[in-house]
Amino acid sequence: MKAAVVLFPGSNREGDAARALRQATGRAPAMVWHADHDLPAGTDVVVLPGGFSYGDYLRCGAIAARAPIMRAVGRHAARGGAVLGICNGFQILCEAGLLPGVLMRNAGQRFVCRMQHLRVENVGARFTRGYAPGQVVKFAIAHGEGNFEADDETLKAIEGNGQTAFRYCDAAGRIDEAANPNGSENAIAGVFNDRFNVLGLMPHPENLIDPLAGGVDGRPLFEALAA
Amino acid sequence: MKARVTVTLKPGVLDPQGKAIEGALRSLSLEGVKAVRQGKIFDIEIDGEDHNGARAMLNDACERLLANTIVENYAIEIV
Repeated sequence: MKAAVVLFPGSNREGDAARALRQATGRAPAMVWHADHDLPAGTDVVVLPGGFSYGDYLRCGAIAARAPIMRAVGRHAARGGAVLGICNGFQILCEAGLLPGVLMRNAGQRFVCRMQHLRVENVGARFTRGYAPGQVVKFAIAHGEGNFEADDETLKAIEGNGQTAFRYCDAAGRIDEAANPNGSENAIAGVFNDRFNVLGLMPHPENLIDPLAGGVDGRPLFEALAA
Repeated sequence: MKARVTVTLKPGVLDPQGKAIEGALRSLSLEGVKAVRQGKIFDIEIDGEDHNGARAMLNDACERLLANTIVENYAIEIV
């Protein structure tokens, strides 16, 4: 499996994403610059890492979504290639129109940085098939604009198609307001496109790949992509 | 030619920044502030004097970059 990590000015989690991919695939991913026009030949999986691309100017992910490399990422997704956007990468995918909805300022107005439980909502996709249905996992979150919003019709389609990948929950898997860190509609933490080859999520699975760093709940995601 | 594009959040979209500003205005003891919504203004200089052409181009600019039309409205003014 050949992976590529896209580097935008202001990305800062590309090293974490690369480490997780290297652990799962046994080889280092290609690092691709935002101004490039093509992905390396034979790329199977593209990861848009977290960070603050372009300093969050205009709207989070808005400028990065129009970078030259994003046309290639769009073509890769149209071919059915896998695209994973984490945190700022999720914001970029929404801004690029590769995922539905938009990430708004956290409802509580604060940047939230902590461990967060999530419930895996759909294990039928290539990203999530390493998890059990309804499994509760613990990932790290670190964002100020992770409040997932979509209009009613879009939200209905997302839920109807099973496009919700992860939902914020408590340790027991309960979904309520107290467990929702940012006010996201339906507690949505991660969402697939309608072909299930693009996934965006605010939490950081790439930071949960080593017991020394708090757990390994992120590993199944990368291992499933590598398989 | 100069144009001003104003981008505002659609009604009903939660605006925590506006709320925070509203709270700060109240804490200044400024009377009568009922609600605050924050938006963005873009002042854009444009070549030529073709108003209709500029308007069409700016419309395109708003749809493709300046506004996220899922949650934002925009208004274009040639000044």
